[in-house]
Amino acid sequence: MSTETLEKKKRESLFSKRRKKFIVDPLNDQNPITVQVLGICSALAVTTQMKPSLTMAISVLVVMIFSNLVISVLRQLIPTRVRIIVQLAVIATLVTLVSEVLKAYQYDMYKQLSVFVGLIITNCIVMGRLEAFALGNKPWDSILDALGNGLGYGWIILAVAFFREILGSGKLFDFPVFEAIGIHNFPTNGLMVTPVGAFFVLGLLIWVMRTRSGYVER
Amino acid sequence: MQQQSNTYVIIFSVITTIVLGGMLAMANQFLKPRQQKSIELDTKRQILNAVTDLKGKKGKEILDLYNQTIDGIVIDINGKNIEDSENGTAITADKVDVARNYKKPPEERAYPVFIYHKQGDTEAVESYIIPVYGNGLWGNIWGYVALDTDLNTVKGASFDHDSETPGLGARISSSDVEGRFKGKKLFDESGHLKSVIMLKGERNPENMLDIHHVDGLSGATLTVNGLNSMLQNYFEYYSAFIKKASKNKVAAL
Repeated sequence: MSTETLEKKKRESLFSKRRKKFIVDPLNDQNPITVQVLGICSALAVTTQMKPSLTMAISVLVVMIFSNLVISVLRQLIPTRVRIIVQLAVIATLVTLVSEVLKAYQYDMYKQLSVFVGLIITNCIVMGRLEAFALGNKPWDSILDALGNGLGYGWIILAVAFFREILGSGKLFDFPVFEAIGIHNFPTNGLMVTPVGAFFVLGLLIWVMRTRSGYVER
Repeated sequence: MQQQSNTYVIIFSVITTIVLGGMLAMANQFLKPRQQKSIELDTKRQILNAVTDLKGKKGKEILDLYNQTIDGIVIDINGKNIEDSENGTAITADKVDVARNYKKPPEERAYPVFIYHKQGDTEAVESYIIPVYGNGLWGNIWGYVALDTDLNTVKGASFDHDSETPGLGARISSSDVEGRFKGKKLFDESGHLKSVIMLKGERNPENMLDIHHVDGLSGATLTVNGLNSMLQNYFEYYSAFIKKASKNKVAAL
């Protein structure tokens, strides 16, 4: 508590060095997918194309920010014994809201993502951050943490989707890239369209990132 | 009140439930009209998709095109026209809920037939579109099959699903898979219903893909089985109408 009050006196800026770490760390050194290996299921399932991946990334980001905020605001009120179920209820509500909004305004996307929007509820990243961070930190810090982890998740699935879509279907965001630059017989790789392709891309990505950061699982 | 006491926990849970439940109910009420519009547009898009290419067309254009080119009749299992629904109001093909009818026994269902004609000319029929409905692996699957004026050749098909596995069974709704049905025939030369059957596995040799067979989807055998029985069933339900209409095209209208 004493350090917190000290910091308050100094009037910490909204993006102080300490706070920047909340956003930057999960993008690389503490990445939820490549380092903590959370949220793999959806990373494999939705990444055949860029468009659904982008929708998924935004949905997860929105759910994370708001659930982290809500739990952080209520952190003094939530009884410890039921905290997990309260977290789950908050996440489930937000996910349902996202899914309803998609159904109303992005029906095609809603159909394409189908169960995977609902499965954000069980995405370990969301609940992991609530339990590990939002329950013990102030709202603004929690929002930054959610932003960091949401983006950390987002950029990885977009990166995977980039390779899978361009190698698997020769397109990016449904735009035929190779035809546009004059290559008409680009051999697409069917493996990339199946979830197996995601394992390969993700595995290579984890390899590259861990080699760079020197992270070793203990 | 102590924060760890049972009373506190119960009251906290109750309030949380009410607040979160209320939020969901409000969101649902607020978004419902918009969602229904999306679903209606989606249905009409699917019907049209069975006969034409809708690439690049937006919401309003699709609705306009639908109004100008799609007409419908409703028939029963014997191919007889139904004019009134059970409660006496006039029945139109749009109003028939295929999913709800699916729950009734086949003899009691109302079967809509969508008729695609030239813009503004209801006599110049170009194809008959029949809806199909059935079970996939995880949930319902459905679609629309457009038949040429001979009521035998498939002009196009569009399928959709509730919750098939993305990347596997869900591929039935991709245009590449739908396109495989084009040009296939429902009946053999002697007039027996053969339906169009999707084979097991993908990249089957060319000689297996005759006029009654299309290439399958690897990893989605159960969805494909559902698709096959759906098509077989509905072609049977509509066979009375098909026989009648192909004998006398004008009488069917």
